[in-house]
Order: sequence, then structure tokens, then C-alpha cells
Amino acid sequence: MEATDLGLWSVPLAMFAGAIRVSTPFLFVSLGECLTEKSGRINLGLEGTLVFGAMAAYAVSYMTGSAWLGVVAAGLAGAGFGMLHAGLCSLPRVNDIAVGIALMLFGVGLAFFFGKAFIQPTAPRLPSIPLGEWSDVSQIRVALEINPLFFIGAALALAMWWAFRNTRFGLIVRTTGDSAAAARALGTSVLGVRFVATTIGGFLAGVGGSFLSLYYPGSWNEGLSSGQGLMAVALVIFARWNPLACFLAALLFGAAGALGPALQSIGVSQGYHFFNAAPYVMTLLIMIASSSPTRALRGAPGELSIVK
Amino acid sequence: MTDVAELPPAGRAAAPSLAEAADRIRRSAAYVVVPILALVGSGLIFSLFLLALGQSPAEFFGLLWRGGFGTAFSWQNTLVRAAPLIFTALCVAIPAQLGLVVIGGEGALVLGGLAAAVIALPIAASLPAPVVLAAMFVAAAVVGGAWIGLVGLLRHGRGVNETISSLLLYYIAISILNFVVEGPLRDPGSPNKPSTPSIGEQNMVGNIPGLDVHWGLPIGVLLCVLLYLLMSRTTFGFAARVTGGNVRAARGQGLPVGGLVVGACAIAGACAGLAGFFEVAAIQGKANASLIAGYGFSGILVSFLARHNPLAIPPVAILFGGIAAAGGLVQRRMGLPDATMMVLQGLIFVVLLASETLYGRRLPAWLGGGK
Repeated sequence: MEATDLGLWSVPLAMFAGAIRVSTPFLFVSLGECLTEKSGRINLGLEGTLVFGAMAAYAVSYMTGSAWLGVVAAGLAGAGFGMLHAGLCSLPRVNDIAVGIALMLFGVGLAFFFGKAFIQPTAPRLPSIPLGEWSDVSQIRVALEINPLFFIGAALALAMWWAFRNTRFGLIVRTTGDSAAAARALGTSVLGVRFVATTIGGFLAGVGGSFLSLYYPGSWNEGLSSGQGLMAVALVIFARWNPLACFLAALLFGAAGALGPALQSIGVSQGYHFFNAAPYVMTLLIMIASSSPTRALRGAPGELSIVK
Repeated sequence: MTDVAELPPAGRAAAPSLAEAADRIRRSAAYVVVPILALVGSGLIFSLFLLALGQSPAEFFGLLWRGGFGTAFSWQNTLVRAAPLIFTALCVAIPAQLGLVVIGGEGALVLGGLAAAVIALPIAASLPAPVVLAAMFVAAAVVGGAWIGLVGLLRHGRGVNETISSLLLYYIAISILNFVVEGPLRDPGSPNKPSTPSIGEQNMVGNIPGLDVHWGLPIGVLLCVLLYLLMSRTTFGFAARVTGGNVRAARGQGLPVGGLVVGACAIAGACAGLAGFFEVAAIQGKANASLIAGYGFSGILVSFLARHNPLAIPPVAILFGGIAAAGGLVQRRMGLPDATMMVLQGLIFVVLLASETLYGRRLPAWLGGGK
């Protein structure tokens, strides 16, 4: 028996599926940025890391035939950018916001430079986990094909939340982020902790980028990312530096980004540009609502330069 | 705190000794030497990059020179490309005096250009060209100024980080441009590329007599001088720099920090909007997606390399104009991708920021460093 058309229910369904899909890169990048910012440093260059990770993942997947190797390569490339960021910021008198902007431009430039050869060819993509086999309706089945990175990211968010609260490493990171003087008094190397945190943050951002080129939209081209790395920074502030809240906020951002395509799928094609702008407008509104001119943001790491 | 009794008597300037003068020259020389070192250093690193790719650095830099500064033709190309960079660099430099890092100049450029093209639509055929151009000029400045002024307002009113908000506004501006250009104000006469109707050949900004370069360049240089004077010789500029140095001290003095922040951002946005004006009025003749050419982002680098000093912006802009002008030639001859110049610029930016650490350091003993 062929399933009936879902009619208007296909919009929330498409949004649900879209939210999961679109949120995955946000999830990884925001978790990476959350770790970096918890240690007291802000990394605005994650957009460049994201784009370069996407390119590296696609290139390695194409050359080796394995999408998962591409994901790992993207993560390693991201870690490299993280190390560069950490290295530059560890020099005295260097402004970490400016370094982030510079690495954003540099990362995107490098990605476009090396990625020229990979725009045309098709590379093996990441598989989906079909969770909708129980349904006869093809739309439900398609909507419930969830990518494995989403589950990895969700588990990671939970692990990070638990680690910040209950492990020694989490405590060290939080101390470094709240008060560098206290961390030094405890004998930890502030620059060392931030180096590790920024590197891992870059790794996660690279993995987030690999999702873009290896799953959705699933190809490499020069318009792949449009500010997702930046929105992740705003997302972390909105989530008050709590990894679980980052997960939920990523879903929210994913839903905002999925609204346009979901409506397009049922034929609503006006307002295309409005839906394009919607995630950025939402991010801006969230930032306005979450910030305060006088009080420090609740839960903000004390050493973070933008909230001092 | 220096004891008041130790200060030279008021009204009589103490003659500086030779050592003091030499010391002062050496310290201010750092502000020129270090950026030059950064440029040379990034050139060396880029050469290694080229060698690793099997390309010849000598050929690259030779072609860069030829395409940017070698002939009169390449000079004109360079100057034309430098003009928008001057304006967008000012958009970063002015708020930087207050300690703000505003990087959304590209958005203000786009909306400024759009505003200029739009305001010309009802009047292009009926009013004389100078009036049309004046209206476009004002529209671009006002819209651009409002866009970045919003960034300043959000920063002062709600504490929203200006780097993030200006970049978000950039993406929103792109959507607005695409919406207007593809939708209500689309020129039916250009089916392939969506754009607003042309402002008309008679309304375009002309070239400087004798050169193939439009008036935007000298106006940009003039604006740099004016803004330098504003920031260094007026109370507004002084108050702005005090705010940049220490916000609490500024507030303690009763300076209108909010007005300064929004004002500086508005001026910055007006500059970027004017970049858009000249793109429309001197180059394109209409508003379309060609406005999104990355001038805003290159302007960030120009301003940082010029150390946010408006007087240093024109030469640095000409340097980067040269790099951009030579880009086509180099990439065609050597078979390198378009993004090569992006990589070079990004590398310069990274090395430049790393070189910031050299300020305030003593020279090593073998170079004559003292105690």
C-alpha cells in the first residue's frame, strides 16, 4: 500500500530532518569553540578552519576512497590551524581577535587554493544511518536518515559537559579560563592549556567542516560555508558555555537554517533571500538578547577578552 | 607618577639632548621597520610555499612587479584597484582608534552601492549629472554610516561584540542586495546577470584628466587626510583616542563614550558606503553581485598594515592594489588558481600580526642594542 501524501505535515518533518542535518556542523564547531573559550581564549578563525576542513575532507576522501579518512584528515587540518592560532596568540602583545580574523581569511584562501582541483570530481560521501525503515511513507524514511556524525557530536556534548564538571582536566581548563593568575598559582601552564584547548577546538571545527562537504550539501565548492564558523561563536555565548546547551542551540540554529529549504520543498519559493538571512538575523537577535553592556555574562570565563 | 617638580618649567620647552632625540627616532622607526620586516618575512614564507609547489618565486615576484608597478598601464590598474581599498580600510581604522575591531565594511560597501544605484533610478534621466552624483554620494554615505553605526549602537547599548555583529550584518547585507537586485528593482534589460538599471553613461564619475583613473582615488586620499586631522587635531578625535585607551578613564572624565562609539562607527560606515558609491558610479554603473568583490576584507588587512593610521592607508592600499592588479597576470602565466592572491594576503596578515610582538623589544646586542 503506497503511503499517502503527508500534505502540510511534510514541512515540520522536513524541518526536523533539516534541523538535524544543518545543526551537525554547528554542533561540532560550537563544541570546539566552547572548549577553547572555556580555557580563556576566543578563536574567531573557525570559519577558515571549517572551510579548509571541508576541502581537506573532500580531497582526502576523493584520493583515498574513504570518507571517514576524509573526516580524520579534516580534523587534523583543523588541529593544525588551532595550533597556529594558539602559537600566534601565545606571543606577547598579539591581539587574539585580530589573529582570528587573519586565520579566517588565510584558511579560506588556502582552502580555495588547494580546492580548485576538487570542485568537479565526486568523492565518496559519508553514509547515513537509516532509522526510518519502520515507515511506509518515503518522506518519513528520508527524514529519518540521520548521519552518524550527529550522534558522535551529541555524545561528545554529553562527554564534554560531564568532563567539565567532574574531571581534573575539566577543572584545569575552567580555572585557566576564569583566572589565569589562579591557574598559574596552581602550577599549570596557562599557555599550554590554551594551546591544547585551541588545538582540540580546531580539530572539532575541521570535523564539522568535513560534514559540509561529505554529507550535506555533500560537495566541495567555494560557496560552501557562509558564516557558520562565526555563528558558532555566537552560539557558544548564547549557550552560556555549557556543552549541553550548545547541543540544543545547534539544533535551534539548524532549524532556522532548514526553514528555507523545508518550505521550498513544498513549493513556497518566495522569500528565498529572507530565509537566507534568517539564521544571521536570529544570531544577531540572540546576541543582542544575551549580551549586557554592564554586567559580565553569566557563566562567562573570566579571562575571555570579549567579555572583560 | 612623575613628581610635578620634575617636569620642565611650563612655557619653556626643554631642549632635547641628542640621545633623547635618537631614542625617539628609533622608537618611532619601529612603526615603519616592523611592518616592512613583516612584508619581507611573508614574502620569504610565500616563496617557500611556491618552491614546495614547484613554482619559481623569482618569476612570481617579477610578474607581480610587472603587473602591478612595471608599466604605466599596470600603474593605472593598480590605482583603480587601490581606490576602494582606501575607503574600506578607513572603515576599519577609525573604529580602531577607539579599540573597536569592525570588520563588516564589505556589508556597508554593498548597501552603500545599492543605495546609490537605487536613489539614481528616479532622477537619472531628469536631473543634471552633478545633482544625481551628489544624491548618490550622500545616499551611499548615509546608508553605509547607518549600517556600521548600528554596530556601534549595539556595542554601546547592549555590549554586543562589534566584530561578530559587523560580520553578521555583512551576511544580512548580501541577502538584502540579492533580494533587491533580483526582485523589485531588477533591470529587465539584463536577463543574464541580475542588476539594477544602469544610472546612465552621463552620470558616471569621470577620470582624472590625463589618467585612466577615476576621481575616487584622490577623494579617498583627501578623506584620509581629513580623517587624520579629525582624529589627531580635534577634541572629537582626542576623546575617541582616550576612549580607545581606557574606557573607564574616559567615562570618569565625563566623555560621551556612547556618542563617540556610534559616531566613529558611523563615520567608518560612511567611508565604506562611499567605496560602494564609487564602485557603482565609476566602474559598474549599476548595482549587482559584482559589488561583493572582497574589497571590505582586503581593507581590513590594509588598515592593520597601516597600523590604523589614516595617513599610512593610501600607500598600503596602493601596495595591495598592485597585488590585486597583478593577480590576473601572475595566475595566468604561472597557472596558479585565483586564490593565490588570497593566500598571499592572508599570509601577510598572519605574519604582520605575529610581528606585533617585536614592538618594545630591545635590539639584540650584535645589532647595537643598548641597555
